[in-house]
Amino acid sequence: MTTDLHLWIIPLVPLAGFLVNGLFGRKAPKPIVTAVALIGALIPMLMVSAILFRFSSLTLPYIQHIGTWISAGSFHADFAFQLDQLTLVMLCVVTGVGFLIHVYSVGYMAEEDGYWRFFAYMNLFLFFMLTLVLAENFLLMFVGWEGVGLASYLLIGFYYTRDSAANAGKKAFIVNRIGDFGFLLAMFLLISHFGTLSFSIIFTQVTLHPALEGGFLTAIALFLVLGAVGKSAQIPLYVWLPDAMEGPTPVSALIHAATMVTAGVYMIARTHVIFDRSPVALATVAIIGTATAFFAATVGMVQTDIKRVLAYSTVSQLGYMFLACGVAAYTAGIFHLVTHAFFKALLFLAAGAVIHSLSGEQDMRVMGGLRKKIPITFWTMTAAVFAISGFPPLAGFVSKDEILYQAFIAPGPGKLLWAIGLLTAGLTSFYMFRLWYMTFFGESRALPHEEEIAAAVHARRDTKIALEDDPHPGHAAHGSHGHGIHESPWIMLWPLIILAILSVIGGWMGWPEGLGGGNWFAHFLEPAVKAAHLPYEQAAVALSTGALSTGAINGANTAPAGSKQIEIILAIISTLVALAGWYAAHLMYYSRPELPDRMASSLRAGYATLKNKYWVDEIYGAVVVAPILFIARWVLNALIDRGVIDGGTLAVGYTAQGFGALVARIQSGNIRSYAGWLALFAALVLGTMYFGWAVHWIPR
Amino acid sequence: MVPISWYLVLSAILFSIGVAAFLIKRNIITVFMSIELMLNAVNLTFVAFAHQWHQVSGQIFVFFVMVVAAAEAAVGLAIIIAVFRARSTLNVDQIDLMKL
Repeated sequence: MTTDLHLWIIPLVPLAGFLVNGLFGRKAPKPIVTAVALIGALIPMLMVSAILFRFSSLTLPYIQHIGTWISAGSFHADFAFQLDQLTLVMLCVVTGVGFLIHVYSVGYMAEEDGYWRFFAYMNLFLFFMLTLVLAENFLLMFVGWEGVGLASYLLIGFYYTRDSAANAGKKAFIVNRIGDFGFLLAMFLLISHFGTLSFSIIFTQVTLHPALEGGFLTAIALFLVLGAVGKSAQIPLYVWLPDAMEGPTPVSALIHAATMVTAGVYMIARTHVIFDRSPVALATVAIIGTATAFFAATVGMVQTDIKRVLAYSTVSQLGYMFLACGVAAYTAGIFHLVTHAFFKALLFLAAGAVIHSLSGEQDMRVMGGLRKKIPITFWTMTAAVFAISGFPPLAGFVSKDEILYQAFIAPGPGKLLWAIGLLTAGLTSFYMFRLWYMTFFGESRALPHEEEIAAAVHARRDTKIALEDDPHPGHAAHGSHGHGIHESPWIMLWPLIILAILSVIGGWMGWPEGLGGGNWFAHFLEPAVKAAHLPYEQAAVALSTGALSTGAINGANTAPAGSKQIEIILAIISTLVALAGWYAAHLMYYSRPELPDRMASSLRAGYATLKNKYWVDEIYGAVVVAPILFIARWVLNALIDRGVIDGGTLAVGYTAQGFGALVARIQSGNIRSYAGWLALFAALVLGTMYFGWAVHWIPR
Repeated sequence: MVPISWYLVLSAILFSIGVAAFLIKRNIITVFMSIELMLNAVNLTFVAFAHQWHQVSGQIFVFFVMVVAAAEAAVGLAIIIAVFRARSTLNVDQIDLMKL
């Protein structure tokens, strides 16, 4: 089929939206800004839908060259876009969830200053994210990769008058630079070995040359992992994501939960051909993912800020996706990416609705009893909580179970990874239900005057007091309601409802074969991420190192006999674990609310460790940031910059000045002294000419 | 026949007197006259050499020098009058505004 899909239009529409809103939005009336932004998100979604409907008639992968970008010697990079199953899945997630969050933001940001700025950045983000997903070579992907980082930075620092937001934006950007550095090195290695950055050429070459293995592929893969770790907030570079919650909540939902942070997972799945050749890199990915999943879940258990709980939950769930990629179960990783996009976007948006209804309050300790007051938010949130906790038949159960199953049947330390993953699932269930109970159940713990403050803030906003007067600009208050706690407007609730439905049924497309399903999703995705067949020896090596499993790739086909029973048993176990987490949360935060405090005081050290997030920020501050700042401040700035460079320049200047001052005395204004100098030197010249000693030192 | 060296010695003496007068004298008119003295010392050398080598170009040069000296005298005297009107003095040590 040779029809032109015009893939290039998909990213360019949001770019146009960004340009229009960014250049003219400040003066434009709000409805026009809204319309431009929504069209910028809607057209890509419609185009993706159109592609979806004719997808089966396409020859894949569909590659479209728009033009030459760089042509330097033998190296070429094109503006080229690629469409295959993996791209399509990502496109659906990015445009679908992206559009819903745009709609939601219309309600959420309605009262904010900088409304146009927000939507311009959101469209810019969509542009870069779609470029990242559609790119056919590493370089174009890197443009999107950097661009989403830029959009993320701009949106985290959206409330730029607040110091913490500006700092969080910088932190995200700088930490991501470390990952980008890895990505760049990987690209340099690829250029030096393959002379190109095109996906199709590199992957074909790797596939066609079984002898290509070991050293440099591992190096490339590990550098790519470094990039993915930075972007997807894994250990050790996850520290920026919790701080990124300083941005508006729709941003957290879109960028820091559903799409951008999954770019690392997408990149690993996209470059799986390289990873398949490098057991070491795969093992690294699996270990990083598992460790991050567990670590972040433990921190998430004790956070009190509703968005920070969700942030650590995101880090933890991304860890699951890494775990899946690490055991070469790319379809499971991407599947979890999709379902996670549904329920985590929903969780963030619902949390945003809660925050909205409480006029900017984010601390769960002063929430409570919201179930009756904001019923629609409550029910959608409930769907998401059950989904992420892994209760059948919701989306999170299906995808998480697939990952755990793939980890279980992976050779080597797969069982250990499975066990930690299972434990993490229990923790996930616990902290999600803790959030659920603390927010929606029990008595309202709002301080007595809290509602009055909320009402007062509303009143203040209504009189259009400028942002600058507010000591804590942020998502403070909205609407013209005179009362405190209120349900959000419908434009915010509809996206919640749609996402809630997707969170419930979204997993059914990948219902595992062991439970009577067809795992349609995995079969759909398989052509794009199926591992190349390895030579026998290499497979043996891979199996003995225990990180790569061809069995895991092909799922049930080559898995050990009786895998269906294993799958069922594992599903039952993980459901029980999820129930246990629920029960623990129920006990501690509903039936016996005094229990958490007692446990916190009896396990003081452990609680403090979790509460302070293992002091990772402090450790990084002391080990990395402080020495760098010290070097920057005292060596580079004080010594090199001000001492050597400034000093050298000043020395030159002062020398010229001093010499000039000395020589200037000759210009006395006294004509006879001028004549005297002239006569003196004329006499000298004559003398040397006559006596001839000058002849010896004037070079001929 | 008077040897050329005599002319040259005389010229050197005249030139040196001109230089010394230029450096020593404070009255601007005297300074001006010492310049004329130096120019004419040079003229004497020109004429002497022209005579010695039987070449007319030296004599021609003397005319040029005279013309330039006459022009310089005209301009210079005009400047001296202007300075005197402005400063009411002809002492060069007091006319020293052109400095840093």
